[in-house]
Amino acid sequence: MKNIIVCIKQTPKSDNIKIDPATGCLIRTGAESAINPFDEFALEEGIRIKERLTAQGKTAVVNVITMGPPQAEAVLRTSVAKGADKVFHLSDIAFAGSDTWATSYALSKGIQKIGNPYIIICGKQTNDSDTGHIGAQISAWLKYPNSSFVRKVSELGDANITVERLVEDGTDTINLSTPAVLSVVKEINKPRIASISGRISAKTFEITTWTADDIKADKTKLGMKNSPTKVVKSFTPKREANSIVIEGATSKERANNLVKILKENQYV
Amino acid sequence: MKNKSTNTWVLAEVIRGNLSPVALELLFIAKKLAKETGDKVCAVLMTNDKKDFAQKLICHGADIVYVAEDKCLANFDEDIYSQLLTDMIKAHTPNIFVLPATSTGRSLSAKTAILADTGLTADATDLQIDKETKLLHATRPTFGGNLMATIMCEVKRPQMCSLRPLTYPQTECDKKRKGEIVNFKVDAKKYKSNVKFVSFKELEDNEIDICASEIIVAGGRGVKDEKGFALLKQLADSIGGTVAASRAAVDNGLMPYRCQVGLTGKTIKPKLYIACGISGQVQHMAGMSSSDVIVAINKDAEAPIMAQAKYALVGDVFEVIPQLISQLKSK
Ligand SMILES: Cc1cc2nc3c(=O)[nH]c(=O)nc-3n(C[C@H](O)[C@H](O)[C@H](O)COP(=O)(O)OP(=O)(O)OC[C@H]3O[C@@H](n4cnc5c(N)ncnc54)[C@H](O)[C@@H]3O)c2cc1C
Ligand SMILES: Cc1cc2nc3c(=O)[nH]c(=O)nc-3n(C[C@H](O)[C@H](O)[C@H](O)COP(=O)(O)OP(=O)(O)OC[C@H]3O[C@@H](n4cnc5c(N)ncnc54)[C@H](O)[C@@H]3O)c2cc1C
Repeated sequence: MKNIIVCIKQTPKSDNIKIDPATGCLIRTGAESAINPFDEFALEEGIRIKERLTAQGKTAVVNVITMGPPQAEAVLRTSVAKGADKVFHLSDIAFAGSDTWATSYALSKGIQKIGNPYIIICGKQTNDSDTGHIGAQISAWLKYPNSSFVRKVSELGDANITVERLVEDGTDTINLSTPAVLSVVKEINKPRIASISGRISAKTFEITTWTADDIKADKTKLGMKNSPTKVVKSFTPKREANSIVIEGATSKERANNLVKILKENQYV
Repeated sequence: MKNKSTNTWVLAEVIRGNLSPVALELLFIAKKLAKETGDKVCAVLMTNDKKDFAQKLICHGADIVYVAEDKCLANFDEDIYSQLLTDMIKAHTPNIFVLPATSTGRSLSAKTAILADTGLTADATDLQIDKETKLLHATRPTFGGNLMATIMCEVKRPQMCSLRPLTYPQTECDKKRKGEIVNFKVDAKKYKSNVKFVSFKELEDNEIDICASEIIVAGGRGVKDEKGFALLKQLADSIGGTVAASRAAVDNGLMPYRCQVGLTGKTIKPKLYIACGISGQVQHMAGMSSSDVIVAINKDAEAPIMAQAKYALVGDVFEVIPQLISQLKSK
């Protein structure tokens, strides 16, 4: 049996992110949460890999894991509606405030508890803290190979897989032995919409919830206190207070004026 | 790893036999930080063919260059690179280590931070030394560019961060500058890799690396079709820029995904960003709001991007762009 493990995070809906300019804090009221946008592609790829393996006559299971507060359960239910077979929620006050070092440690322990992974799939990055670290860091804790920026999973062998990854100047094709960790970009697929029956069964689906003790995590590696990095301060970026509207009676005149400004300021 | 060392490191990436110009940007900021800490500035080279890169890095500001040269380093193999880099860190315990936030630099830094057991700040756009503590304060855009966060790594060493390309200028070359070159012996047998490099396919003509360009001309749904994007290409060519796109344009098949700017595309920081026929939804702004200068060209004066741009030009892109091209040509 092949265990596909998809990591997803609950984050604020992307068009709902509002920061209080005075305090620099996220305004939570009315802020809806959802699956992190990139994780939709990770989940979809997990389901597609299962379908491809099934077509090869193999059995595969899509496991979804999230670490987060109790309300993060919602994204696991959405995953079930889309086709996840098993869902796991790492939820414990001990995890709170973890940086990427500690988060990736906790997730790696959760993955070990699920056991026997074939492929672990993450999104490229989140839309809140947005580090893009977690996939590569999970791979480091577990000593598995990793590929970030994956745009295609081209071959699924028993002991290794072939993927295409985007780099600045082109595309690498690389072969990774399994278990392997992948972080995927949007280009990889087009996520499906949950079926009605999926949505109905998701409502009552049993979620496995694990604490730090359940996954045998070393508590000196968890939480804000044990994280090597700290957020010292946060603030809203300075935006152009007033934008300058380019003058001119016709499009042509305005274009001429813009060129003048660009040249005067040596922007071009 | 408690620190006694007084070195600030930068990773000088070698990509397909060439020294990445981002290395010289990292040297620029490393020198600035070193002034505050009193550190030496060191560059790390990992390659199968070092050419004259070490000397070049010295001319551009490195006091020491650590060179790891071996044929196992011919292609970027994250397993080998991260283990080797960890050994180099353990042997020399740098105080600060700045890596490029390129696609390879980002995953390599993340993996290495775990192996070397230290904290990592992602994709920073400002690095400062705190006056009192002498610790690195790395500031980075988060929440789609809506919140800046300053991150610190108090105890573990090195204080690692990846730095967004084009954040700082490159250092000048001083041919007379002297420095030390230290070879780091690569024990290739020691490093196990579970990755096999198969092949590399270079970008096609219409696929450009938008992250490396100081000038971006981006098109959205308002640019409509191939003809519109051909105009943008002409404009970009006339000012040494690169064409990028909003998700709407990418989803309509007008531009390849790797040119998409925004939340589910790339985050870039050019000196000049000219947005043409782009409305400026938050998910698009997430990818470009830290550009130095934003120019918006839109027929709707009320489009959200107009309020966020430094210069807003109301007009039809099909009238404005040809005029821009002809004006830019005339001196
Ligand atoms: C403003 C701010 C800035 C921060 N900056 C840093 C920093 O520079 N360095 C640092 O070490 N920490 C930082 N943190 C802490 C960091 O946000 C957390 O550790 C975090 O929740 C995971 O990182 P991420 O969201 O950046 O994930 P990313 O690395 O961007 O996520 C990549 C993928 O990993 C998976 N994944 C991520 N989180 C989870 C999860 N909880 N459960 C399941 N799967 C997951 C998803 O598939 C996701 O698509 C910061 C926190 C804040 C609030
Ligand atoms: C989870 C998620 C992730 C997303 N990620 C991204 C992302 O990474 N990048 C991204 O760009 N978007 C992203 N989006 C989509 C985003 O919300 C917008 O839909 C998208 O940016 C709109 O693209 P646009 O501005 O080109 O098109 P529109 O919003 O349709 O705007 C077109 C603009 O062109 C102007 N216009 C039309 N004709 C002309 C003309 N002849 N001359 C001048 N102006 C003209 C119009 O006035 C209008 O302002 C994401 C959305 C979601 C939900």
